[in-house]
Amino acid sequence: MKPLDTKKGYQDYVDKKSPNSPILKNCFNAFWVGGLICSIGQVILFICKQRGLDTQTSGTIVSIILIGISAFLTGLNIFNRIGKLAGAGSLIPITGFANSIVAPAMEYKSEGYVMGVGGKMFTVAGPVLVFGISASIIVGLVYLIFNSQSITLV
Amino acid sequence: MQKIGKQTIKFDNPPTISQTACIVGPKESDGPLAKYFDQCLEDEFWGEDSWEKAESKIIKETVNTLISKSGIPSDKIDYCFAGDLLNQCISSSFGLRELNIPFFGIFGACSTFVEGMSLASVFVESGIEHAICASSSHFCSAEKQFRFPLELGNQRTPTAQWTVTGAGAAIISKSGTGPFITHITPGKIVDMGIKDANNMGAAMAPAAFDTLMTHFKDTGRKPSYYDAIITGDLGYIGKEILIDLMLADGYNIKSNYNDCGVMIFDKEKQDTHAGGSGCGCCGSVFSGYLFKQLKAKKLKRILLIATGALTNSTSNQQGESIPGIAHAISIEL
Repeated sequence: MKPLDTKKGYQDYVDKKSPNSPILKNCFNAFWVGGLICSIGQVILFICKQRGLDTQTSGTIVSIILIGISAFLTGLNIFNRIGKLAGAGSLIPITGFANSIVAPAMEYKSEGYVMGVGGKMFTVAGPVLVFGISASIIVGLVYLIFNSQSITLV
Repeated sequence: MQKIGKQTIKFDNPPTISQTACIVGPKESDGPLAKYFDQCLEDEFWGEDSWEKAESKIIKETVNTLISKSGIPSDKIDYCFAGDLLNQCISSSFGLRELNIPFFGIFGACSTFVEGMSLASVFVESGIEHAICASSSHFCSAEKQFRFPLELGNQRTPTAQWTVTGAGAAIISKSGTGPFITHITPGKIVDMGIKDANNMGAAMAPAAFDTLMTHFKDTGRKPSYYDAIITGDLGYIGKEILIDLMLADGYNIKSNYNDCGVMIFDKEKQDTHAGGSGCGCCGSVFSGYLFKQLKAKKLKRILLIATGALTNSTSNQQGESIPGIAHAISIEL
């Protein structure tokens, strides 16, 4: 049977012919870079707590600092190199979220501040926001219903 | 001019490619073919404030270089055929709006360069003196339109191809010393159901196979007739697939076949994964490297098959498959 006889046959042939992503290497890099980012966050958290701030305020400061660093590195064209190496390792922490907003803002600046930066800023992060907020509302509702019937979930 | 076989046109008075020109971006300038290009840019913006303007400038300056190199006054050039990858072909029409030559905007995705050469040679055979064909692509403007912003920290798959920043242009003339365009085989749209936009080589290889087989059947030629069979931008994976497909039908093209997307970058050093792609890939490799090889008589007969993936980001998001196309021209001394 020749590869072009059927579409299914061709797809199978192409799958066999195309190299896969180096999953082990990618996982390893994602693990240590992601771990490093989280460790930096933890160090900042400890420093804040040592200065006498409560856990919640310290957490907020960690987010602000990591977002700031990530946005800054995106602007310097460095974050995409980290992302290329680490994949989900730098994408999943809050650093990836900051990058996904700053990158389109930079890219579409040539279309002006309103329709370009403003309109296109959330093209990548938009789905995360929509489904993230939707999911948190559903979880919140579930929590509210069960808690009001005096069943404690947490 | 006569039609032979199913799809091929044979020219009675084969038009000449009298001159070519090409300008490429910084990454291509680090590649193995750098010394063959007319101009190598140091940065992707080239003094403009957007990728789109930079691409327009590249095609504009390529055509200007072409005209000055050829010594043919621009008012003697009858028609211009040009295209690119951006929506509504803005790079070509914006870049060439001051050219004052009657203009045909064409789109064949990455097959545009050979599509333009085919149309230009039919026009020349029909009686006009000179026609220009040109095509361009730009890595950054293509990424912005088809994929993600450049600064986004994501990973490319091993099958993804790297859009060439650059433009190629050629003048096709009625009389001259060659190389001559003797046959053209315009291709059919072939869709084998590949949906992965990061594996264009696999999507386009069946179209290249169809055109190549048709060309051999129509002309009665064999692969060994040509010194080189060169596809446009199948890349490493598409190249392997085409060799396999041809072998399954009894044609061995392994010894004299290569691909512009494979030739333009150094895969190991430049991290370009499956190779180059884009309208500028075939355009610059032909205008820079292949034309000079023909002129120096190092290659005497080549078959150039530019391949295109006829898709856009909307069709891809809607789950459509990627139709491929391939046009072939036979260039001989």
